[in-house]
Amino acid sequence: MPKRDRWDASNGAGAPAPAAHWDEAPRVRALIAAYDGVPGALLPILHALQEDFGFIDARAVPLVAEGLNLSRAEVVGVIGFYADFREEPPGRHILKVCRAESCQAMGSEPLTGHVLDRLGVEMGGTTPDGAITVETVYCLGNCALSPAVMLDGRLHGRVSSATIDRLIAEARS
Amino acid sequence: MTRVFVPGDAAALSVGAEEVAEALAREAPARGVSIEIIRNGSRGMFWLEPLVEVETAAGRIAYGPVAPADVPALLDGGLLEGKPGALCHGLTEAIPYLANQERLTFARCGVTDPFSLDDYRAHGGYRGLARALALTPAAIVEEVAASGLRGRGGAGFPTGIKWRTVLEQPAGQKYIVANADEGDSGTFADRMLMEGDPFLLIEGMTIAGIAVGATKGYIYIRSEYPHAFRAFSRAIHIAREAGLLGERVSGSAHAFDIEARLGAGAYICGEETSLLESLEGKRGLVRYRPPLPAIQGLFGQPTVVNNLLSFAAVPTILAEGAAFYANYGMGRSRGTMPLQLAGNMRRGGLVEKAFGITMRDAIEGFGGGTASGRPLRAVQVGGPLGAYLPESLLDTPIDYEALAAVGGMLGHGGIVVFDDTVDMARQARFAMEFCAAESCGKCTPCRIGSTRGVEVIDQVLARADVPANLALLDDLCEVLADASLCALGGLTPNPVRSALRHFPEDFDRAPAVTIAATSG
Repeated sequence: MPKRDRWDASNGAGAPAPAAHWDEAPRVRALIAAYDGVPGALLPILHALQEDFGFIDARAVPLVAEGLNLSRAEVVGVIGFYADFREEPPGRHILKVCRAESCQAMGSEPLTGHVLDRLGVEMGGTTPDGAITVETVYCLGNCALSPAVMLDGRLHGRVSSATIDRLIAEARS
Repeated sequence: MTRVFVPGDAAALSVGAEEVAEALAREAPARGVSIEIIRNGSRGMFWLEPLVEVETAAGRIAYGPVAPADVPALLDGGLLEGKPGALCHGLTEAIPYLANQERLTFARCGVTDPFSLDDYRAHGGYRGLARALALTPAAIVEEVAASGLRGRGGAGFPTGIKWRTVLEQPAGQKYIVANADEGDSGTFADRMLMEGDPFLLIEGMTIAGIAVGATKGYIYIRSEYPHAFRAFSRAIHIAREAGLLGERVSGSAHAFDIEARLGAGAYICGEETSLLESLEGKRGLVRYRPPLPAIQGLFGQPTVVNNLLSFAAVPTILAEGAAFYANYGMGRSRGTMPLQLAGNMRRGGLVEKAFGITMRDAIEGFGGGTASGRPLRAVQVGGPLGAYLPESLLDTPIDYEALAAVGGMLGHGGIVVFDDTVDMARQARFAMEFCAAESCGKCTPCRIGSTRGVEVIDQVLARADVPANLALLDDLCEVLADASLCALGGLTPNPVRSALRHFPEDFDRAPAVTIAATSG
C-alpha cells in the first residue's frame, strides 16, 4: 500500500500518551476547529498538522479522532495509507527523487545511487546530522526535463550528479 | 514599456526561470530601460526553457534556453528590440513545434498572464460560459455529447453520457469533481494548465455544474504539485472575487463554487472512486461499481468525475460549437489530444494535435528523436500501466481504438521514450514493483499478485526454470487482468506482457515462445 520506503512502519499502533497532558493539544484543537463544518476534512487537517509540526505526532491522533467523530483506528489507517504523512520528524530538508519511467529513461537510477552514496543513507532515511531526508517519489510532472528531484517543495529539472552535489551543499549550509 | 514574458511554470522554474526573471529585473533598469515582466505559463517547449519572450510590433520574439548569466549579453545584443542573435528563435508562433500544432485546449497557455481575467477574456475566455448560460442544462449536455469528447484521463468514456446520467438524477446536492491527480509518469498537461491557464478549468467546471445542476465542485490536486496547487487556489480566489464563482455565477441564477483539495502521495487516488474516498477523508480504497459515481458518487450524491483535461476542452466546445470540435480527429476519437513528449526525448514538451497523428510524427517530427542521440528502442504510451511498444509500431495513429488494436492505450497522453540502453526486463519488473507499492490493497489479485509478479520476474532474471516461470508469469498476468477491481491491477500486465512480447531478448531467451502467442 502506498507507504513507500517504510514497509515496516508500525502505523502508530503503540498507544499514544494521554493527549490531555500534551502542551501542544490546544494548538492542535484550534487547528482542527478551523475545519469545522468542512465535509471530509481529515486529509486537509492532516496536511495542516504536518505543515505546522513537520509530522503527525501520535498524540494528535486522539484529538483528530475526537474532533471529527472518528475512531482512532480510522485516523491511524488514513495516516498509514498515504505516503505523504510522516509519523516521525523528518530532517530539516526533504529531498524527493523521482524514480518513475520518464526519469528512469534519463538515468534516475544511477542518480539515485549517487544521492544515497553522497548522503550515506538508505532510501527513506535521514542523514545522521538531521539535515536531509531522502525519499522516492513517482513523478513530479517535470517529465520533459527528466530526471527531476524536489527539494523542500521546489522542483529541479535536468538534474545531474553535479546538481545534486550543489543542492546537498546548499541544504547543509 | 516593453513587455517581457518569463514563465512562472514549475518546470520552467525548475531550470532557472526565477533567476532569469530576477536578472532581467535587475539588468534592464541598469541600462536605463524600463520593462514589464509578465509571468506567463509555459508554451510547452521545455527544451527551450527558460524561454524568454519579448513583445514587439511584429509579434513575440523567443529566446531560449536562457541562463541568468546570458541576460546582460542578451540585453546588450538587443533582446528588448527582438533582434536576432544567439538563443533567438524568431517569432514564437512561427517556431515549427508550435506552428504545426492544433491548440484548442492549450490555445492560451503560455500566451496570457494566468491570473489576469482581462487577459483571459481578451483571448476568448468565458465565451463558453456565456453561451452555456443561454442554454438549457439538457442542451449543454447534448452539445458536449455531440462533440464526441471522451474522458481524457485514460478510460476514454464519452463525457456527454456521463453528464447526462448525472443530469437525469433527481434534483438535490450534486457534485463536480476534477481529477488533477496526474500521477502517470510522462504527463504534465494538467500541471501546465493549472499553472498556465487556470480560468479555463474554472470555466469548464462551472459549465459542468450548470449543465448537471451541481453547485459545488472539488478539484483534487496531487501533493507532488505544490506550485500548481497554489496557482490554482489563487485563481479560484480571483474568480470568486470577480463573481465568476459563488452564489450568482456571472450574475446568473446559478450558484457554483470550487474547493481545491490536496492529495497525499497515493497514485491510486487517480482512480475515480479511490479519489472520491480520499475527498471524503478516507483511505483511498477503490469502490465496487455499481453504483456508478454518476449515481452515487461523492458523499453518496450524483457526481461528475472528469479528468481535468476533459473539463478544459468544454469551454471551446460551448464557445465554438460541437461541430467545430468534432471536426478534428478521426474515427471515434474526436477533437484534439494534448500529448506529452517525455523521457529520453530531444524536444520534450506539450503537443496538442487532432487525433490521428502517428506516434512517429509526434516522436520524430515534434520530439526530434532521443535526447541521447542513440537509437530509440521502446516507447511507453499512457503512463505506467501502458504497453511498451517497439520502434516498428511507431506508425500507429494516436487514436483510442488504433492504439488498443496494437495492445496499447492512450491513457492521459504521456509518451515516454527509451533509447537502446534500456533493459526491458527491468522495466517489466518495475511495473510489478510499482503496482505493489501503489496498490490500495482492497483486492487480492492486485495486492498479492503484484508482489508475486516481482518474485517471478526475479526468478526469470536469475535463469531459474525459465519456461515454467514464464508460464507462471503469464498465468499471473491473466489473473491480474481479469480479476482486479480496478485498472491498476487490471492494466499492470500491459507493460509486463508487452515487454515480453516485443523485447523477449531482454529476458534472455529465444524470441516468440508461448507468451507472445497468448499476450494481449
